Amino acid sequence: MNNWISRRHTALMGLAVLGTAAILFASAAPTLADDVVLKVYTALEEEQLPIYKEAFEKANPGINIEWQRDSTGVISARLLAEKDNRQADIVWGLAATSMMVLDKEGMLESYRPAGFDQIKDDFKDLRSGWPTWVGMDAWASAICFNTVEAEKLGLPKPTSWKDLTNPVYKDQIVMPNPGSSGTGFLTVSAWLQLFGDKGGWSYMTALHDNVKTYLHSGSKPCKAVGAGEYPIGISFAYPGVKLINDGAPVEVILPTEGIGWDMEATAIMKGTKQLTAAQKLADFAASADANKLYNASYQVLARKDVAATLPANYPADEDKLMISPNNFYEMADRRQAILDEWQRSFGSKDAPK
Amino acid sequence: MRCCLLLLGLYLTVTLVLPLYTLLAKSLQNKDGHFVGFANFARYFADPAMLQSFANTVHVSAIGTIITLLLAFLYAYALTRTCMAGRGFFRAVALIPLLAPSLLPGLALVYLFGNQGIFKSLLFGHEIYGPIGIVMGEVFFAFPHALIILVTALSVADGRLYEAAESLRARPARIFLTVTLPGCRYGLVSASLVIFTLIFTDFGVPKVIGGSYNVLATDVYRQVIGQFNFQMGAVVGLLLLLPAVLSFAADRIMQRKQVALLSARAVPLQPKPRPLTDRVFFCLAAAVAGFLLLVLGMALFGSLVKLWPYNLSLTLKWYDFARAGTDGWGPYFNSLRMAALVAAIGTAIIFGGAYLVEKSRGAGRLRAILHLLAMIPLAVPGIVLGLSYIFFFNAPDNPLNFIYGTMTVLVVNTICHFYTVSHLTAITALKQVDAEFESVAASLKVPLYRTFWRVTVPVCLPAILDISVYLFVNAMTTVSAVVFLYSAETKLMSINAINTDDAGNTAAACAMGMTIVATSAALKGLHSLILRRVERRTQAWRKR
Repeated sequence: MNNWISRRHTALMGLAVLGTAAILFASAAPTLADDVVLKVYTALEEEQLPIYKEAFEKANPGINIEWQRDSTGVISARLLAEKDNRQADIVWGLAATSMMVLDKEGMLESYRPAGFDQIKDDFKDLRSGWPTWVGMDAWASAICFNTVEAEKLGLPKPTSWKDLTNPVYKDQIVMPNPGSSGTGFLTVSAWLQLFGDKGGWSYMTALHDNVKTYLHSGSKPCKAVGAGEYPIGISFAYPGVKLINDGAPVEVILPTEGIGWDMEATAIMKGTKQLTAAQKLADFAASADANKLYNASYQVLARKDVAATLPANYPADEDKLMISPNNFYEMADRRQAILDEWQRSFGSKDAPK
Repeated sequence: MRCCLLLLGLYLTVTLVLPLYTLLAKSLQNKDGHFVGFANFARYFADPAMLQSFANTVHVSAIGTIITLLLAFLYAYALTRTCMAGRGFFRAVALIPLLAPSLLPGLALVYLFGNQGIFKSLLFGHEIYGPIGIVMGEVFFAFPHALIILVTALSVADGRLYEAAESLRARPARIFLTVTLPGCRYGLVSASLVIFTLIFTDFGVPKVIGGSYNVLATDVYRQVIGQFNFQMGAVVGLLLLLPAVLSFAADRIMQRKQVALLSARAVPLQPKPRPLTDRVFFCLAAAVAGFLLLVLGMALFGSLVKLWPYNLSLTLKWYDFARAGTDGWGPYFNSLRMAALVAAIGTAIIFGGAYLVEKSRGAGRLRAILHLLAMIPLAVPGIVLGLSYIFFFNAPDNPLNFIYGTMTVLVVNTICHFYTVSHLTAITALKQVDAEFESVAASLKVPLYRTFWRVTVPVCLPAILDISVYLFVNAMTTVSAVVFLYSAETKLMSINAINTDDAGNTAAACAMGMTIVATSAALKGLHSLILRRVERRTQAWRKR
C-alpha cells in the first residue's frame, strides 16, 4: 500500500481550492455611485418592474430603485421577519391586506402623497387624515374557464357564483386555499359579505361538493385551467388574461353577484434612512403618470382623474362588479376566526380515499 | 484536537442552533412575544386537520421510504457488486433528480400523469394529485440521496470474507444475508433515516402535486406564508424535528454494532462477472434509469413547447432569458458563484468536522452532541431555516448582522441546509477506515493532522469529491430557505425560475431549470474525469 499522492501534489490541490474560494469572494461588492439607492420591496409582476423603474428614475434623477421582488406571501413574511432591523425603504406594489398587517405591527410611516385628493375613497386608508398606505390599482376574484376541456366534458359556461354549485360541476372546480393564499381569502370574505355569514358558509358547503382540490396559491388554479388540468378555476383576472394572450383556450368570467377584491398599495417603511427619496417614490406611485402605467395590467385604478382603458382581453365591468364597500378592516379582524372555521369545515377533505 | 472540536461546535452553534432557537422559541410565545407556555401547541393539537396532516405525513413518508430504499439498494448493488454493462452511465443518470430543481419533476409528473398526461391511463383512474403523486415525486427526489450513501457503504468490503464464505461452500443467498447485508447495515440504516426525514419534511413535492392532501410541511407554509403566523409555524417546525431526534437515537444504537470493514489487513473485494445476475441487474437498473430519464425528457420537452397542451410545436424562445425578466443571465452567474463557494467551503468544514467527530479520542459527549447537531438540518424545512436566519442574522444587536443580505449569508445557509447527507456520507466513508491507522500513527509519533492529510484524505477522496458535487448541485437548485435571504445583487437562478413560473410563464421556468441541469451535469462530467484520475492515483489499493 504505497504510492500515495505526493506531498507536492496534495499541497497544490489545497492551494487550488483556497485560490478558487478567494477569487470567488473577491469578485463580490459592486461599486456604488453617488446616487441614492432605494430598496423597494414588491410583489409586482416581474415584467412590470423595468417599466416602472425606468419611469420613476426618469422623473426623479439621482434616485435609483433596487427591487426586491417575491410573491405576496413570501415578501410579506420577509418584511415581518425583518421587523427589528428593516431592510426595505419603501414597499411599492403589495396587497393592501398585507399592508394592514404591517401597519398593525407599527412598521409603516404616515405620509400623504402629492395628489392624495385625487385618490378614490376606496383606495385610501381613511381612519385618520394621515394614511400609512395608499392604493394603486385593484384586482378582483374571477373564474377561469377552459372552453376546450369544458366542451369535452359537456359543461355549460358558468356566469355566477351560484352556478358553480350546480351538480354538473362535481369535482371540476379548483380554488385557492384561503389559509395559504390572499386571493383565496378575499374570495371567501366576499362571499361572506355578499351572502351574509350564514348564507356565505352554506354557499361554501355547497361549493365544497364540487371542488376537486384547494391549491396553495392564488394564480395556480387559473394556470392549471390553462394547462387543461381542470375546466374551472377560481382565481383572479391577471393570470387568466395572460393565458389568453399566450393563446390558451381560456375565458375569464366575472360572476354576476359581485366579486371580492384587494388592491396593490404603496407604503413607506418607518425608520427608513432615505425618507425624502421614499416620499418622492410615494408621490410618483400615486401620480397620474404611474396610474397610466398600472392600467397596462389592471382595469381599476386608484386615481379619479385617469380614464382607465380596458387592457387587451381583460374582462369588462370589473369596476362595476367589485363589492363596495369592501370591509377590509372588519375582515382583517375576523381573518383568524374565518380561517379557523374554514379549516374545520373544509380543510381536511382530501383524506386518502 | 479538543480545540478543533470546540471550534466546530461554535460554528454549528452560530449557523444552526442559535438561528433555529430564535425561531422555534416563538412556539412558546404569542404574537407580541410574550411567553405563553404551550398554548400554541394546545391550539394546534385541538385542530382535527392537524392529526390528519400528521397521519398523512407518516403515511407517505413510510411508503416513500420503503420504495426508495428498495430501489436505491438494488441500484447501488448493481453499481458496486456486479459487472453489468454501462455502470458509469447508470451512475451518472442516477444523479438526475439531484441536478433538477424541484419545479421540473413536479411539472414533468403533471405532463406525464396529470389529467392531460401522456400516461394518465397507467394510474387506472387514480389521480396524480394526492398521495400517489407525492410518493412518486418523493421517490424520484429522495433516490439519489439514498444512493450516494448506499454506494459508499457497498463499495468497500473485505474480499477475504467472501473468499472464506465461498470456500465454505455458502450459497450466494446466504453470503448476501450473512456477509453483504451486515457489512452495509450502517449505510442502510442511515439511508432509510435520511430518506424518511427528507420526505417527512419536504415541502416542494406536496405543494406542486399534493393537491389538498395536507402534510406537515404544507401546514408550515400555510401558517407562515399564508397567514404570517410565525408562532404556529414554529410549532409545526418543532414537530418536524421529531424524525431527526429518532434518527439520532437509532444511529447511536447502530454505531455501537458497526465494525470497521476495512481493517488495515483487508483485501478489497473485486466483483466477478456472473452473466445471469449481471443481466438481471442491468434490466433493473435500466428500468429505474429509464424512469429518471423520462421525467427529465418530459421537462426538456416542457421547456421547448410553445403552449402545453394546446400548441405542441417547438421553439427555443424560452431560453432567451433577457426576454423573461429584468435579470437576464445575472442570476445564473450568482448561482454558479454561490454553488462553487458552497462546494469548496462546505466540503472542507463538513468532511473535517466528520473526521473530528469520528476519529478523535475522548470528549465522547461533545462528539455525540456534534453528531446530533449534524443530523438536525435534514429535518428543518427550508422555510423554517430561512426565516430563522432572518431573525438571527438580521437582529440589530447581532455582531454578525453585516453578513445579512450578502452572498456570505446565502453560502452559510446553504451549507447548513445540506449538512446532514454530506456529513453522513463522510462518516460512512470514515467508518470504513480502520482506527488502527490512527493507533499506528500515534505509536509512531506521527501527528494526527498528518495522518489525516496523508492517509484519511487520499483514502476518502472519492467520498470527498462526491460531497463537493452534492453540495454544488444542491446549491444550484435550492430555493426554500434562500428565498428569504437573497438580495437584489444576489438573486439566484433557481429563485428566478420559481418566480417566472409564478408569473405564469411555465415554459420559460422550465428552460431556466434545464439550464441548471445542464450546468450541474457538466460539472458532474468533470467530476467523473477527475475521479478517474484520482482513483488511478489513490485508489489502486482497492484493486489487486
